[in-house]
Amino acid sequence: MIENLNLTYQDGTESLRNVSLTIAANAITVLFGPAGGGKSSLLRVLNRLNDRADVTKLTGKVLLNGKNILDPDVNPVELRRKVGIVFSRPVPLPLTIYENVAYGLRLMGENRKARLDQAVEQALREAVLWDEVYDRLHDPAIAISGGQQQRLCLARVLALGPEVIMLDEPTSALDPVSTAKIESLMQELKHRFTIIWVPHNVQQAARMADYAAFFLQGELIEFAPEKKLFVYPKDKRTEDYVEGKFG
Amino acid sequence: MEDGLKPNPILIDSHRKEKVSIWLLRLITLFTVLPILAIVIYIIVKGAPSISWEFITAFPRNGMREGGIWPAIVGTLYLTVGTAIFSVPLGVAAGIYLAEYAPDNSWTRLIRIAIINLAGIPSVVYGLFGLGVFVLFLNFGTSILASCLTLSIMTLPTIISTTEEALRQVPYSFRAVSRSLGATHWQTTWRIVLPQAMPGVLTGVILGLERAAGETAPILFTGVSFFLPQLPKSIFDATMALPYHIFVISTSVPGMSVQIQYGTVLVLLFFVLGMNLLASLVRIRARARRQW
Repeated sequence: MIENLNLTYQDGTESLRNVSLTIAANAITVLFGPAGGGKSSLLRVLNRLNDRADVTKLTGKVLLNGKNILDPDVNPVELRRKVGIVFSRPVPLPLTIYENVAYGLRLMGENRKARLDQAVEQALREAVLWDEVYDRLHDPAIAISGGQQQRLCLARVLALGPEVIMLDEPTSALDPVSTAKIESLMQELKHRFTIIWVPHNVQQAARMADYAAFFLQGELIEFAPEKKLFVYPKDKRTEDYVEGKFG
Repeated sequence: MEDGLKPNPILIDSHRKEKVSIWLLRLITLFTVLPILAIVIYIIVKGAPSISWEFITAFPRNGMREGGIWPAIVGTLYLTVGTAIFSVPLGVAAGIYLAEYAPDNSWTRLIRIAIINLAGIPSVVYGLFGLGVFVLFLNFGTSILASCLTLSIMTLPTIISTTEEALRQVPYSFRAVSRSLGATHWQTTWRIVLPQAMPGVLTGVILGLERAAGETAPILFTGVSFFLPQLPKSIFDATMALPYHIFVISTSVPGMSVQIQYGTVLVLLFFVLGMNLLASLVRIRARARRQW
């Protein structure tokens, strides 16, 4: 649940203007729109990755389970375990496959091998990667393919036991087959998580959306459940974008 | 140019120029390497005959004209290790602070400029500073401790700036990912950034210590002696050291055998080049394992 969110960067650009939005649990909410619309900025607010960057002004509220996560008494480190993010380019940490998945747990002080083994296997299975890597868990993570790396990044987030999973153009660097895998995987996972997806094109937005939000220059133009936004857009700008008149 | 294709005269010309310039660069490189090679070979040829078990393990006798250089070797080892104990933790910590934590403001910039300037100060100035502060003011006397502290201050700028540089070369994306997985800033630095930067850090450390091992001026006033009949027993004792020993036997001992001089130089050279080689090995190994 997002209320009246405003975000201004140091150079004066208003990245988000009065954005209000309720994100449904156990569904995929798609945020789409042309570049510079504020989608990534919004994601970075939601797990406070922006905290040390050059944000000068941030007003509004973001409520997660009734708690405003922008309050100063919220520990961003704990927040990020609940609100995981997968970035557009897969970035395996310079560790083994196993250690990439175990990383978040080790940070929390979990060092018991049995617990880690179990959590790693479970996360890799959930990300449908286990069968491809179970025999080389201790190889460097960089050795697997790009599509596998992106699923590894997802497994890394799953291992944290998050409530919300955010994906920022997760398939923009992947081939169609890997893309399809990630898409069907997320359709599975949405029954257990709240998913916020920034797709890298309109087609993907339409394919994935349980809810869709169209962003343009920092404003939320239109928000509608299911595929309504793509079939019966109310706003002219949404219509133009969906039809490919600009982008 | 095959199959009846007409050669293009302009292309041939630029191709020729390319070849000439490459050869020219090779020649220039050779000229810079040659003197170093010549020095090393000369020292090995002149010094090798005096290297023997006795030379390495015995005390000097007869006013240094006979015997070995054992106390000087031990002294240089003590000084290098002692310098490492002070300068490595401090220098690496400062490098981490500057690369990962320091805000980008005029104060930080001032610190950076100071560090760069410190690296350019002549070593004899460090020697006099050490004499003033450690030997006299803090009353450590002419001692290993005073020498190590002086050498540490001289080594710090190298270690700090190479550490900072090595940390900065670790891609930003690793930090973002690590933070997004719930790592604190320190956890990210300790678990991801520092291990990735380790080869660079070690290279800096070794190069810094290598300079410390070979310097004469900073220890001249602070901790070395002309001749000691026994090895130092505590960090408040003075010591002998290879660089100063070379300085002494080549300037102040009449009737000194040239062979012993070259032998001593060879041992120091071995010491310093050995460290250099170690630094290179660390770098090569790390490059082979690099994962991004």
